[in-house]
Amino acid sequence: MPTITIDGNKIDFSQGQTIIEVARAAGIEIPHFCWHPKLSVSGNCRVCLVEIEKMPKLAISCATIASDGMVVHTNSPKTLEARNAVMEFILINHPLDCPICDEAGECKLQEYAFAHSRGESRFDEIKNRKEKRVQLGPRIKFDGERCISCSRCIRFSDEIAKSNQLTFTNRGDKVTISTFPGESFDNPYTLNTTDICPVGALTNEDFRFKSRVWEMSSTKSVCVGCARGCNSEIWVRNNEVLRLTPRLNEEVNSYWMCDKGRLETFKHINAEDRISGTYIRKAGQLQKVEWKEALDVAAKSLRENKSNEIGFVGSALASCEDNYVLLKLAKQMNINITAFTNHIVTGDQDQILIREDKTPNSLGAELIGLNSNGVDLIYRMIKDGKLKALIIVEEDLGSLSEDWEQALGQLDLLIVTSTNSNKTTALADIVFPASTYAEKHGTFVNFQGRVQRIMPAVATEEEDRALDGMSMSRWDKFGTKFDRWMQGRKVDAKPSWKILSLLAAYLGIKMKFDMAEQVFEEISNTIDAFRGLDYDVIGELGAKVKINEKIKI
Amino acid sequence: MTEKKRIKNLSLMERIYIPEIAKGMWLTLKTMFKPSVTLQYPEVKFEPTGSYRGRPVLVKDQNEVERCVACGLCARVCPALAIEVQASETELEKERYPQKFEINMLRCIFCGLCEEVCPEEAIVMSKDYELVFSNRDDAIFGKDKLLVPVENLKERLDFLRKFKG
Repeated sequence: MPTITIDGNKIDFSQGQTIIEVARAAGIEIPHFCWHPKLSVSGNCRVCLVEIEKMPKLAISCATIASDGMVVHTNSPKTLEARNAVMEFILINHPLDCPICDEAGECKLQEYAFAHSRGESRFDEIKNRKEKRVQLGPRIKFDGERCISCSRCIRFSDEIAKSNQLTFTNRGDKVTISTFPGESFDNPYTLNTTDICPVGALTNEDFRFKSRVWEMSSTKSVCVGCARGCNSEIWVRNNEVLRLTPRLNEEVNSYWMCDKGRLETFKHINAEDRISGTYIRKAGQLQKVEWKEALDVAAKSLRENKSNEIGFVGSALASCEDNYVLLKLAKQMNINITAFTNHIVTGDQDQILIREDKTPNSLGAELIGLNSNGVDLIYRMIKDGKLKALIIVEEDLGSLSEDWEQALGQLDLLIVTSTNSNKTTALADIVFPASTYAEKHGTFVNFQGRVQRIMPAVATEEEDRALDGMSMSRWDKFGTKFDRWMQGRKVDAKPSWKILSLLAAYLGIKMKFDMAEQVFEEISNTIDAFRGLDYDVIGELGAKVKINEKIKI
Repeated sequence: MTEKKRIKNLSLMERIYIPEIAKGMWLTLKTMFKPSVTLQYPEVKFEPTGSYRGRPVLVKDQNEVERCVACGLCARVCPALAIEVQASETELEKERYPQKFEINMLRCIFCGLCEEVCPEEAIVMSKDYELVFSNRDDAIFGKDKLLVPVENLKERLDFLRKFKG
């Protein structure tokens, strides 16, 4: 194997790697703006210049192929001098916008200016003025002055999003980024450019000025927009989700995430129509009651029905744990009618990330033992009057069609756990408030058969950030109950598996689960596909389930 | 508990007592004819100089707009977490303004770090030392109480330019 020496460390590499790649693999960070591991090399920022022995001039490490016996210095006086000069050059026309720039705190230019530059400008002239607040696309605002012309966004839209919508216009210090005439930067992946933009030139319209990045806590999670299950990070301040960002997972989504998943999968968490507390229908109206009363009434009215007249509906939106406890409860009550429904939007799919299946856990629900075709049977049984009671977990059957809405109205007893109010909860007799994916521990199985964990980022009434080991911002750490930022809304909700096991207790069925982890432990002990897995094995990046041929992906 | 013992050994003069009394009376007598420094507060109010660190306020420029761009540095640097800022977008050239700017005066320790860190000279320490409130909610000063016209803060701004560069 060929070896290269970087800063005195001998490093093995494979033929064809560039110096910056070899260094990065060995944990040596060479500053870079335009280079990105997933994009082609353009070599225009020049900040990754390194000194290579026996080469007359410094070379950019992103475009220099490593060769055997090369000796590279990334911190020699010559390199540092060149790097400082490049930084000074880039900063000449970069405005001092940090106080009003959303990127501040996670800005590569800011970090490098702090770590690798002279710390002082010798440029006395007036900086370049360019267009600010340009609406590049429906979700992106562009600030021409801040742009350092690294071309990452252009290469991203060409190579990853395959949309060819962006280009450089003008030359020299007038160079700026714009869309082709008549085009709008509107492909389904535009917001990834705000992540890869090394400065704050491209900003997320939705998150713009909402919060400084250092005021938020971040929690590793999984996007629930489709069956891909992109690894994501949930950013929370004052117990409110403010944005989602993609998290690197080479097996699933690499560095990327689609705009829809990023913008539309968290708004419901803090929406006005969140269900908080339990509700019972009294005199035709849903009325808020204590948990005790709701569980009591639910257990009593379930007992009044014969077990062959009760149906259970799980959900591909709920976690494996939720569906498992649902199925376990059904088995213990001798109920055979269980099902869940898929949400497939035919044709809404691409070769990049987006999947037709718009739920995060349809494979998980299937592996747990729910039947995706069963809802049709349930529908017919309700229509025939054979099914009188239904328990629905986090599924909005009422919104599927008018027929379903009518069918649900025919039921004698409808018990629903739901995160937000919808057509199904409007018809329900008893409503339990379910935690969203951002408020509970759990697992989803994506379309590849990969189990991935979700973790609580937003605290419900029963959770405490510190005691439950949730991620905390500085504000969360030092706040008291008298501080306004600690008085963010907390919903009175529980994960569905917990609601169901509480219900089991009221029905006199023994089911002792205190934590989602215990539920998963039982899943891995009883279901072959999950054998050998636990929360630690799954970890942050997920693990594959063992799928036999019976289940098609 | 052990009884406290007087450690100091009094000299003869002190033990005689009368001369010490006379000394004290002399001091009082002398002070009676010196100019008085006591202020009859609240009838007479103390007027501090520009270097005084009273409650922090936001500077309102001549165009009736606050200088603050809601960068949040004051909130970040505040050791007592007294400041809470929520930014929002404005059509003005500064792009960003504080939709909400709150200082919890129960938390504030008058250290002046917010003033020091401010890139816009938008938050300064005023001369106002009279802070009265009867409950926790009143102690949180919003923009209505914080905004002060720049003319009223001239002395402080001059002081900052002169001594803090």
